Amino acid sequence: MARKSSWSPSSRELERRATKARISKRQISIAAISSIIVIGALLIATITSPGWEVVKKTFFDVDYGKEVLPTVIKGLWLNLKLTVIGSICIGIIALSLAILRTTKSAALTPFRFLAAAYTDIFRGVPLLLVILLVGFGVPALQLRAITSNVTILGSIAVILTYSAYVSEVIRSGILSIHPSQKAAARSLGLSSAQTMRFVVLPQALRRVIPPLLNDFVSLLKDTGLVSILGVIDAIRAAQINSSRTFNYTPYVVAAILFLLITIPLTRYTDKAIRGTYSRQNAEGTI
Amino acid sequence: MQPVLEIKNLRKSFGAELVIDDLSLTVPVHTATVLIGASGSGKSTLLRCINLLESIDDGIIKIDGVEISDPEIDPDEVRRKLGMIFQSFNLFPHLTVRENIALSPIKVHHKTKEEAFEISNQLLKRFDLLDKAEQYPDRLSGGQQQRVAIIRSLAVNPRLLLLDEVTSALDPVLVNEVLSIVRDLKSDGMTMVLATHEMGFATQVADQVCYLESGTIIERGTPNEVIGNPSNPKTKDFIKRVHQAGRL
Ligand SMILES: Nc1ncnc2c1ncn2[C@@H]1O[C@H](COP(=O)(O)OP(=O)(O)OP(=O)(O)O)[C@@H](O)[C@H]1O
Ligand SMILES: [Mg+2]
Repeated sequence: MARKSSWSPSSRELERRATKARISKRQISIAAISSIIVIGALLIATITSPGWEVVKKTFFDVDYGKEVLPTVIKGLWLNLKLTVIGSICIGIIALSLAILRTTKSAALTPFRFLAAAYTDIFRGVPLLLVILLVGFGVPALQLRAITSNVTILGSIAVILTYSAYVSEVIRSGILSIHPSQKAAARSLGLSSAQTMRFVVLPQALRRVIPPLLNDFVSLLKDTGLVSILGVIDAIRAAQINSSRTFNYTPYVVAAILFLLITIPLTRYTDKAIRGTYSRQNAEGTI
Repeated sequence: MQPVLEIKNLRKSFGAELVIDDLSLTVPVHTATVLIGASGSGKSTLLRCINLLESIDDGIIKIDGVEISDPEIDPDEVRRKLGMIFQSFNLFPHLTVRENIALSPIKVHHKTKEEAFEISNQLLKRFDLLDKAEQYPDRLSGGQQQRVAIIRSLAVNPRLLLLDEVTSALDPVLVNEVLSIVRDLKSDGMTMVLATHEMGFATQVADQVCYLESGTIIERGTPNEVIGNPSNPKTKDFIKRVHQAGRL
């Protein structure tokens, strides 16, 4: 039991704290100075290089950038929509596949086989090919009931492929949970479904958040591949503009917009993960 | 009176290795049975069989006169009546101490969250752990974790408690923390089967001591008989070795 006591730090501890503060101050200034030197050197090297003027005009034309910004943003809006809708579908399909492949229920045996075949196929075929096959192949079947809207078909292709990737990530998370956790849960009377839901999955998912975040960022970028079907997303919008004017600034604009989304996203998730880890794990100072 | 647990001619093998061999055991209500025996003699396997965590090859296991080794029986239903605490800690790391304890009452026994938390708090208070209720298991000492694991099994009022070397991962001081809980349970009249290497503890809590070797009970009796004055030469040898290792 924790006890409260009237403790005040010893003189040695106070000394130690002062030293620690001094060391950390010194380290901060070293970091700052070295950063300034390195970044400054890179900047000077770039700006004073012989081709800089040309590069500046064709890649960093601020006025032109402002002009194309709205069309690129409009394209990016499509990427975002596809990413959000896609990740919801992918999450549901991948989770079902992963659970299916890790259960032992006899009734599900044929589905387990199908799920394994599915993941093998869609992990092995390049995404671009899947998009082309679904986007051009399905309409060619001329089935009434199935849409020929290329945006939808393109997204379906992306979802099919990513579900296979993500299900494998989740499955590895499930398999990483020690069997004793299952034994403990079953001993408490939880059914196998309850054990999965309340004991295994929460731990497994937490473990695979970092790789899933990677997949999420890739998904955002890969939604751009549907432009091959003629859909106008951010990259395609940039491409149309630059091929008109032979100025590549729109590409840079698109790149910056993507970064504006992905960097805060990764930073935020990193922080969130560290938060839960430090609450649940006693790591000490290592 | 009908015994809580009755095992007849139990047999269990892993592949070619026969781990439980024609084992019979009766555990009357409100008594503690202690299983002793060398490492690998089959103590954990026996407990796991009783809890239906392992399938058995032959024999009959009855709880309160009902044959649980019947394949028609719902194993979840059986486990609801039993509590098991494992050799290594099996708390759920993603749940706080209180949530660990409340999980089964809520999900399996359909208590409301308030009721389950109330049960948890009472048990935690009784075993002097209430101030740890909001902590995650990783922040607890080994002895505290093992006490929480015991409390977690108690929260659903088990008919029979199975404890598998609950002190093997602990230093002597923490061992006492855990053993005092077990002694409390014993005086409350809980029926228990324990596997342990702590002969001193076995002597204190056991009504019946069983010495296992190669999956069979070679000698059984009161602690004074089996540990104090064993008659079977194999038991004698084991107890002698325990003495030499200074664990008695
Ligand atoms: N899942 C398994 N698969 C194969 N063999 C197993 C398995 N579980 C246990 N065994 C074997 O069964 C035998 C008995 O193991 P058990 O865990 O019951 O011993 P124990 O008496 O509990 O030993 P200890 O005191 O070291 O805990 C051992 O030889 C072990 O290797
Ligand atoms: Mg064991």
